[in-house]
Amino acid sequence: MTRIPGREAIARKGWLRAHKWLLLRRASQLGLLLLFALGPWLGIWVVKGTLTSSRTLDTLPLTDPFFLLQSLAAGHPPYREALIGAAIVIAFYLLVGGRVYCAWACPMNIVTDAAAWLRRRLKLHSARATSPSMRYWLLGAILVASFASGTLAWEWINPVSLLHRGLLFGLGAAWAIVLGVFLYDLLVATKGWCGHLCPMGATYSLLNVSGLPKVSALRRAACDDCLDCYAVCPEPQVIRPALKGDGSPIVSSINCTHCGRCIDVCAQDVFQMTTRFHHRRDGHEQGTDHIADRLGCGSARPVQ
Amino acid sequence: MSDPGTSPTEADGARRSTAARRRFLSQVAAAGGAALVGLGLGAYARQASALPGFAVRPPGALDERAFLGACVRCGLCVRACPYDTLKLSAFGDGVAPGTPYFEPRKVPCEMCPDIPCVAACPTGALDRGLEDIGKARMGLAVLIDRETCLNFNGLRCDVCYRVCPLIDRAITLDMQRNLRTGKHAMFIPVVHSDACTGCGKCERACVLEVAAIKVLPTRQAKGELGHHYRLGWEEKAKAGRSLLPQDVLELPVRRPGGGS
Repeated sequence: MTRIPGREAIARKGWLRAHKWLLLRRASQLGLLLLFALGPWLGIWVVKGTLTSSRTLDTLPLTDPFFLLQSLAAGHPPYREALIGAAIVIAFYLLVGGRVYCAWACPMNIVTDAAAWLRRRLKLHSARATSPSMRYWLLGAILVASFASGTLAWEWINPVSLLHRGLLFGLGAAWAIVLGVFLYDLLVATKGWCGHLCPMGATYSLLNVSGLPKVSALRRAACDDCLDCYAVCPEPQVIRPALKGDGSPIVSSINCTHCGRCIDVCAQDVFQMTTRFHHRRDGHEQGTDHIADRLGCGSARPVQ
Repeated sequence: MSDPGTSPTEADGARRSTAARRRFLSQVAAAGGAALVGLGLGAYARQASALPGFAVRPPGALDERAFLGACVRCGLCVRACPYDTLKLSAFGDGVAPGTPYFEPRKVPCEMCPDIPCVAACPTGALDRGLEDIGKARMGLAVLIDRETCLNFNGLRCDVCYRVCPLIDRAITLDMQRNLRTGKHAMFIPVVHSDACTGCGKCERACVLEVAAIKVLPTRQAKGELGHHYRLGWEEKAKAGRSLLPQDVLELPVRRPGGGS
């Protein structure tokens, strides 16, 4: 009786096409992890450091903007190379879309995807989730706490950096925190971590304003209301304005992670990966949607 | 927030205002929750910010509190360390997670002249102002247990003194009479804070089961003289003569058995 999201797409498009974006993402996530791990595991040093700050081939510096923010709030302006590293990262994500980090780079995504998958399989139904805008409040609170304590406040418990660093330098007791996130997503709140709480994701959402690639419900007329896309989307509130509104079919919410899973599971091929300039209809501009919708805290009212 | 609808019926309006109220309340709950988390983190950071005794920060590290605000926990210094001295703290190690430290009793700092760990730090948590490794102050060695130290027991162990990269400056041997035997000498290792970098070679080399000499955070190891104190002999050396007028003080000389 219960529908398994993606089943129909597999039957219609074949397994490979119904997992195309998922496979690409896993390749990207694992490939990135491998680049970092080649050094400590095999002694081949391509990238040194971690996702927080790294050096590629001993030249290219990269620094995570969320860490820079915390450090600045704590009252410590870093050396120029960390600033340059952050500028490069910010420029990159302004170009490709901030939350691309969450779906394509962040190692925690594999954990929360696993929890979401298991949750669907076990048919656990949603319990209490916090408001999706919780992460922005949390981001603000962390910056205040960093300022007040003079330390990088989130780094005492940040599950994302604990996991990534743990894989490269030794996990310690961080497995308990990662397990906590998994269980939270599995038993407490659907998509609770990535979709509601993670302040690192919130930082990347704030950079998700000008990315070129965009998911678009280009063939929304073909939608047969099966709800599979809502079931797999890590941020289901972002779909509705594009799919059911009568404005632009582009998913323009800053919380869209560009994971492309909606494209995979749609048996009707409603969604496509396009660019933000693709298919503007009747002079509808991007910016007409309500700011509250873009922050994911508004109602699901149609765009315009 | 204004509603975009053109002519809402009253029931519609009421429903919308209920929805708006619910939205507002969920925002208040989220803000409150976030504030609580922030408070908790702030309070936790305050009490967890002290470095535990077994851990020593890399050379050039800022003062512990400033360090925790500057270090982005990237591990580049650890990767730069050629001797695997530095480790990155894992969650539950007792040191702020993701920050670099070393345990001198296990692997001490080899004091590389080019200080690669400092050069690798992208943020300045390890200060590039440190150009001479001899000026590093990672901590301070303290001969903390006189009861077990072999030299204090009259033996000529001297290992801490011999391995010190700044021998005769950071550690000297101070000859004293051995009052227990009455006829031997004791060579007491003395650490000098103006030269000791806290590299930990002495602690590593101490032959005891548990080292009698240990590197401690400088703040814990050092006393501080009241700022108004003047050491007479130093003032005398500076002035080139005694600062006391010679005829001011005349104290009676008392000898045992009366007589003066």
